[in-house]
Amino acid sequence: MYNRNYEVVSECSLIRKVEYKLQNIILLKDIKKSFGNQQVLRGVNLHVAPGKIVGLIGPSGSGKSTVIKTTLGMEVIDSGNAEVFGKTLPNRKLLSDIGYMAQSDALYTTLSGYANLDFFASMKGIKKNKRNSEIKRVAKVVDLENALNKPVGGYSGGMMRRLSLAIALLDSPQLLVLDEPTVGIDPALRLQIWDELRKIANNGASILITTHVMDEAEKVDEVALLLEGKVMDYDTPTKLKEKYNVNSVEEAFLKAEGEL
Amino acid sequence: MSRIHEIGTRLFKELFKDKRTLAMIFLAPILIMWLMSLVFSSNNSTNVNLGTIGLNNGIRTELKNMDNVKLKSYDNKSQAKKAMNDGKVDVYVTQKNNNLDVTYSNTDSSKTSLSKMGIQNSVTKNTIKQLSNKIRSLTIANQMLKKSNNVIIPQSKANQQKAFHVHNHYVYGDSNTNYFNTLIPIMMAFFVFMFVFLISGMALLKERTAGTLDRVLATPVRRSEIILGYLEAYGLLSILQTIVIVLVTVWLLNIEIVGSILSVIIINVLVALVALTAGLLVSTLAKSEFQMVQFIPVIVVPQIFFSGIIPFDSLPNWLNTVSHILPLRYATEAQSAIVFNGKGLTDVWIDILILVIFAVVLTILNIIGLKRYRKV
Repeated sequence: MYNRNYEVVSECSLIRKVEYKLQNIILLKDIKKSFGNQQVLRGVNLHVAPGKIVGLIGPSGSGKSTVIKTTLGMEVIDSGNAEVFGKTLPNRKLLSDIGYMAQSDALYTTLSGYANLDFFASMKGIKKNKRNSEIKRVAKVVDLENALNKPVGGYSGGMMRRLSLAIALLDSPQLLVLDEPTVGIDPALRLQIWDELRKIANNGASILITTHVMDEAEKVDEVALLLEGKVMDYDTPTKLKEKYNVNSVEEAFLKAEGEL
Repeated sequence: MSRIHEIGTRLFKELFKDKRTLAMIFLAPILIMWLMSLVFSSNNSTNVNLGTIGLNNGIRTELKNMDNVKLKSYDNKSQAKKAMNDGKVDVYVTQKNNNLDVTYSNTDSSKTSLSKMGIQNSVTKNTIKQLSNKIRSLTIANQMLKKSNNVIIPQSKANQQKAFHVHNHYVYGDSNTNYFNTLIPIMMAFFVFMFVFLISGMALLKERTAGTLDRVLATPVRRSEIILGYLEAYGLLSILQTIVIVLVTVWLLNIEIVGSILSVIIINVLVALVALTAGLLVSTLAKSEFQMVQFIPVIVVPQIFFSGIIPFDSLPNWLNTVSHILPLRYATEAQSAIVFNGKGLTDVWIDILILVIFAVVLTILNIIGLKRYRKV
């Protein structure tokens, strides 16, 4: 069973190989990474094409965060090949074109929403005269225009999550790396955010997203099932469901986990 | 460059939103220094209650004439002993022939040494008085003898011995200068060190635990820009704090600074930079704010012991050597020279150089240390 899955993965890569060579936004090849004695990544292969939303799904401890930290250059891999925008990681300058949203909200709670956005805009290197319009733009996307002057400490959990997302959207990066972006956001706004993510992808940016919400996994272009430090399967949600002969990505995921 | 300033500005904004921390930075040193000045200056007048049992009258009169000694006489030893147990006398003296037996309660070493000195002085004075009495009677007898021989000798000046008067001159301060005054240079540097160490360390720690450090590191910012941003904000803050502390020292506590106030401020700002970089570095070892506080007894408190509170020459050799690795030693060395001896910055350039080296090395270590969170 394992072999079959593996073949599917390599087939996928073959089909798209030409495209990747020209333009792969994220390309991870046989990545291994250990912390002390514990091997967290045991040969991860993953690619994210331009304009695609790729969902990274896996139980906690499967290595999702390590994959994300690797793509940001925060962790250095032990072996394998990791590239973003065709350049080997880690590379500090690439970060100007990556929008990152962490699992924790990571905001300065004593400052206003505007001050938070302004600070991160300056870190990303957005020129001072362009910051205001850029802040207004991202605030509109996450529906926080009216709360920008309030201190973040007074925000609700959902508002903080949205502000955190807005920070990632600053400067319209070519790659968005979102770690559980919709936790604590109510369903209506979640739909709105997904619409926005789709728009961003349609404009050519790529999105790597981790999620626990399985119905969100149906909305991505490709799903990577990360289990025990390996990408066990990688395909479109429709094809995954066909392959495992199930009705949802969640069931496909559970089946893949069971086969392990 | 602009990122450094943006980080500094953000830290400053955060600080000014945090009123309690601000109060701690500016009011706590004032309060503590004021309290210390009260406590240490009241220590000036130690009074001793002295019990006497059958003491020679001459010595007793001398003791009675002493300023801080109150006498009580007892009939026997057991009475005096009881009085001591009840805390009514601190010392009692018994005389047996030519021996004085002195018993000290010795619960307060300053009282013990005061009474030791007092008794010694009284005995000496009494002896001198007896001697001079003898000499006087001898001279009188001598004169009588000479008068009878009709030889008139002008009264020798030696007879009208003029008592010596001691005039005290103070290089630093005046007769009111007490222990606290000499502590001032140490205390100033110490407060700057402790508060900046804690607050800067806490700030970076908070940034790490809240995840904002990761988020900042996920932008193309350089690691050095983050550390230098911290240096900018807290450096500025420490300049303000130092000015407050120095002004309080000079105006409120009336402490004399012989050298220039500007030099004192410059030394303290250097101390702040060392404290700042040390705080940032240590905070990477702490997992929580509580753990950060645990570094106070390990890193902050030893500095105060080995920064001149106890003169260096009286420390054991090895300890004196160890104290050379503590930045506060150089700070107080330079500061004492400026405050007491009116030295200028050029006179203490070695201390300044060492403090600068401390700050630079710690800054570099911090920049390298951030690699833990981002590899480039």
